[in-house]
Amino acid sequence: MSGALVAEVLSWAFIVAGSVFVLIGGIGLIRLPDFYTRIHAAGITDTMGAWLILIGLMFSAGWTLITVKLFMLLFFLAATSPLASHALAKAAFLRGLEPMLGRGLEIEGDHD
Amino acid sequence: MGLFLRQDQPWRASRRETALSGVALFVVLMAVWLLNSGHYTPLIIGFGVASSLLVVFLSWRMGIVDREGLPVHLLPRATVYAPWLFKEIFTANVDVAKRVLTPFEPNISPRLFDTGVTQKTDLGRVIYANSITLTPGTVSIGVKGSYITVHAIAEDVADGLQEGEMDRRVTWLEGERR
Repeated sequence: MSGALVAEVLSWAFIVAGSVFVLIGGIGLIRLPDFYTRIHAAGITDTMGAWLILIGLMFSAGWTLITVKLFMLLFFLAATSPLASHALAKAAFLRGLEPMLGRGLEIEGDHD
Repeated sequence: MGLFLRQDQPWRASRRETALSGVALFVVLMAVWLLNSGHYTPLIIGFGVASSLLVVFLSWRMGIVDREGLPVHLLPRATVYAPWLFKEIFTANVDVAKRVLTPFEPNISPRLFDTGVTQKTDLGRVIYANSITLTPGTVSIGVKGSYITVHAIAEDVADGLQEGEMDRRVTWLEGERR
């Protein structure tokens, strides 16, 4: 197989894998019961989904400046997406939204 | 020298630290400019130098040019920590994906708990809290002193975090100094 073909195959493999993770994140958003657990599903989309798609795009861009930019995107995503998740969770928690806890998913009393 | 010796801002880092971090910040900003621009004419590079200098000046005025603002000293150890974190994020992703896709009911047992941190600096604690949030299945909700409040999607995930391997690795990343 030629190098270009290998790159093409790897590129699509990563993009499809990333899309599957984005899809699972979306399914999780619907299936999970409350706000806090849904953040975890969004975390799948933020990390593996986005990163695998970016890696796939790097393979299709090859050794160019575009790959460097995609790498920067990866870094910025890794730095900013946890901040967004944390800000959401903290805001909800401080406003008194109580998480469902335990296997039976009962809402327990005030935490602290 | 009133412009450079700010007696009214005692939280500022020493002049040596500020100078080193300022130079490092300029180099990083310039690298970002050059890699993103792709136009290497004197005019465009001149704009890059001018904007980088302006940003360094503004950051200096805000008093945020120090080791914490641009932790280049963590770079060598970060090259060891980052691959481990990526591996950890990958396994956590697969784990949470399985929990989400469990037939009939998602396999979850959410937990809210405080976990201790052993990092000495604020920067180390931020890195630890962000690593927790970045790993699917755990989200840090708040930092109080030497505790981080964490929401975990399942009991096993919570227990895994409390074994403290990530905490130990971030403390190692943070290093000895300060």
